[in-house]
Amino acid sequence: MARAVTPRRKALNTAIAWIIGLLIFFPIIWVFVLSFKAEGDAIKAPLEVLSSPWTLESYSVVQERSDYFKHFWNSVILSVGSTFLGLLVAVPAAWAMAFVPGKRTKDILMWMLSTKMLPAVGVLYPIYLLFIQLGLLDSRLGLVVVLMLINLPIIIWMLYTYFREIPGEILEAARMDGATLRSEILYILTPMAVPGIASTLLLNVILAWNEAFWTLNLTAANASPLTAFIASYSSPEGLFYAKLSAASVMAIAPILIMGWFSQKQLVRGLTFGAVK
Amino acid sequence: MATQHSRSAARFMMAPAVILLLGWMLVPLVMTLFFSFKKYLPLRGDSMANGLEWVGFENYVRFISSSSFWPSISATLIIVGGVLLITVVFGIALALLLDQPMWGQGIVRILVIAPFFVMPTVSALLWKNMFMDPVNGFFAHMLKSVGMQPIEFLSQHSLLSIITIVSWQWLPFATLILLTATQSLDGEQLEAAEMDGASWPSRFIHIILPHLSRAITVVILIQTIFLLGIFAEIFVTTGGAFGTKTLTYLIYQRVLESQNVGLGSAGGVYAIILANIVAIFLMRIVGKNLDA
Amino acid sequence: MGRITLKQVTKTFGDVNVIPPLDLEINDGEFVVFVGPSGCGKSTLLRLIAGLEDVTSGVIEIDGTDATHLPPAKRGLAMVFQSYALYPHMSVRKNIAFPLKMAGIDQQAIEEKVTSAAKVLNLTDYLERRPGQLSGGQRQRVAIGRAIVREPEAFLFDEPLSNLDAALRVNMRLEISQLHQDLATTMIYVTHDQVEAMTMADKIVVLQAGIIEQVGSPLELYNSPANQFVAGFIGSPKMNFIGGKTAAEHKAETIGVRPEHFILSDKKSAGAWEARIGVAEHLGSDTFFHVDAGDKGILTVRAIGEMGLRHGDKCWITPDKNRIHRFTADGKTIGK
Repeated sequence: MARAVTPRRKALNTAIAWIIGLLIFFPIIWVFVLSFKAEGDAIKAPLEVLSSPWTLESYSVVQERSDYFKHFWNSVILSVGSTFLGLLVAVPAAWAMAFVPGKRTKDILMWMLSTKMLPAVGVLYPIYLLFIQLGLLDSRLGLVVVLMLINLPIIIWMLYTYFREIPGEILEAARMDGATLRSEILYILTPMAVPGIASTLLLNVILAWNEAFWTLNLTAANASPLTAFIASYSSPEGLFYAKLSAASVMAIAPILIMGWFSQKQLVRGLTFGAVK
Repeated sequence: MATQHSRSAARFMMAPAVILLLGWMLVPLVMTLFFSFKKYLPLRGDSMANGLEWVGFENYVRFISSSSFWPSISATLIIVGGVLLITVVFGIALALLLDQPMWGQGIVRILVIAPFFVMPTVSALLWKNMFMDPVNGFFAHMLKSVGMQPIEFLSQHSLLSIITIVSWQWLPFATLILLTATQSLDGEQLEAAEMDGASWPSRFIHIILPHLSRAITVVILIQTIFLLGIFAEIFVTTGGAFGTKTLTYLIYQRVLESQNVGLGSAGGVYAIILANIVAIFLMRIVGKNLDA
Repeated sequence: MGRITLKQVTKTFGDVNVIPPLDLEINDGEFVVFVGPSGCGKSTLLRLIAGLEDVTSGVIEIDGTDATHLPPAKRGLAMVFQSYALYPHMSVRKNIAFPLKMAGIDQQAIEEKVTSAAKVLNLTDYLERRPGQLSGGQRQRVAIGRAIVREPEAFLFDEPLSNLDAALRVNMRLEISQLHQDLATTMIYVTHDQVEAMTMADKIVVLQAGIIEQVGSPLELYNSPANQFVAGFIGSPKMNFIGGKTAAEHKAETIGVRPEHFILSDKKSAGAWEARIGVAEHLGSDTFFHVDAGDKGILTVRAIGEMGLRHGDKCWITPDKNRIHRFTADGKTIGK
């Protein structure tokens, strides 16, 4: 809608949008503020909170108490590892669906998506038992595999929608030019789909980073990522707002920063490739 | 449009994904079905090695006749329905607003989508303590400052509170998808309608809404998939108390808290059936609306 | 060498029979054009030869060896696609080098071949550009460059000029013809445009609904079309078809006369048909009159240069007796 509007109209739009945007964002700002306060000050009324002195104390306490960096690395390994593993399986599958579609391609895709609807809790105990049997409980490897499997349908779906935008003639040209299937995917399809693959990768890193059912139930001390680190703050122990805030900021900051720098791909990825 | 050669290559390329997902679906499903017909209380010494007692449909009957079953179904549907309603309605409003010309559009967009990046455990804790706490929470302070009684959100308005928290997390997603769809709306179409004398409400109903229908479908589909399984938000805030026990949470309690695997598995089968009903329903709409 | 033989080739998609059993012989060095209306199976036929589709039955031989089940890369053919199908993420140089790289040729040799191909195609200044930065004609040349560096047995062109504007199309037509002169390699060219077919081909294959209606040189098709379909398809403007009494006088169900085989006059003469001038299309060198010839219908008549006739004027048209084509009820040509 590229219609010229009056500056007054534009100023009004801007004001409303900023107010709503800040309201939605406010909880995150507030947590950020509280994380730099002393425990005693953090529970005061908002105005008093703002006027109280600023301190980094909570951050050091949190690191000492629950070893943030260990959980951070677990989160990184789980989210990045599961996403890359997922891409490795999904790229060939999405290639097949997008460029050699058969009568049942659509059904297979829908079936894959429907496995996401399988309630995790319904199969928690069997997985739990299998993990004990295989010695995977509280291991990063086990969780990487599980996170890969739960996000695989979404990765495939997204890649499929991105791949379909690539004209099949180009891949046929590569075939005529003597490219093997491997070089066709490696040298032609993948480079052409880089933006789509990047969006898929970013979104799935975030989904895996934030996944809080399997990571809470299948880990203990060893492999637990930041979701579990935060959940350990859910039981109240007196005045703890500042520490909880510091821990929260530490848990979400990596993703927020990543989101900030890769906004374009992320916005594209957030639509799951389903809307243009 | 392909050769035998490329078709067999395609089968080969799809095999890993299909086999993995098939295994991921079937193995636990079969085990869950198996347990659901057994008495299986690990704490009382039942184990696979000793053989489990076959109890027929007893677990199913017990699960469904338990006083928590129907409330859990209704809690699930209220939460999913409430969040869908809020995110779609506000999402459309926000999308239309953000599509207007303004200064700092990019920054506002970042502000609006930020909650999506906050992990569910964090957002639940943040809302529960810093905002909804009846003593020290932000809302309590605000209400006290105007001389009102603080509200005990999570115990008195538990479902509404949880819907609020989850909506806050999912509104960015809905907004973004709807915004993307809004931006692809042909401005000339709207101008033509305006020339034809259509008022704003009728332009909204006859042009904007139909244009957004596909995006709305996507929002509903994807959100439902995720919302049926919300766990952390309840685990962290109410622990299933105050009528917020969803089906997911009820099963979780049966399996892990009371360690009744047989009963929990029967519940799991119910959950799978519920999910399938929803899935079939959704796939119908999506099949029509999505050119996947 | 690039001799291609199709023996009893068929293709079905599901229940739809796109190509019924078809035989065709393409000789080494020939420029063969497949022409026909859209949906006639000409592109499918090309893709069968390329190996991008499987034949349902039948045999495709390239240079006498059975290539029916060879993958595209092993057939020694190069193809230029309608959309050019350039690799958008690679420079022109890399695009042209790609097939050579896939063939495992050493870097030095690739460099030489790319340079010489670029010189031939006037692309030397554009080698470092991406396809997105090129004009339509340049892209077309890159696609051709990618095909020629492989030194294939035969070139396949799938409507390569349909995305170009009219002026460029004429240019590229000449360039491709020139290329054929220089390389003397077999070329198979698919188009729906009979002008392209007439101007470029050594041999034209006219297809309709997967069936070969006629194979022959452009002038053979023009002078002695095998049937009414070919007669109507080849030549521009279209041949006039006249039925009824006039056809019966020539002992045929339908007769056909090309617009250029009428003599138009404002004076009555023996054997002339009376008609009334309708719409006129003035091209300068020629004028096409659409005339109403009563029971013979609306006919198109070519006149050289300008004529002083106006809309509604009475005129007389005389068909060239030796250039009247006669057809049976099922469209077959009746011999002279």
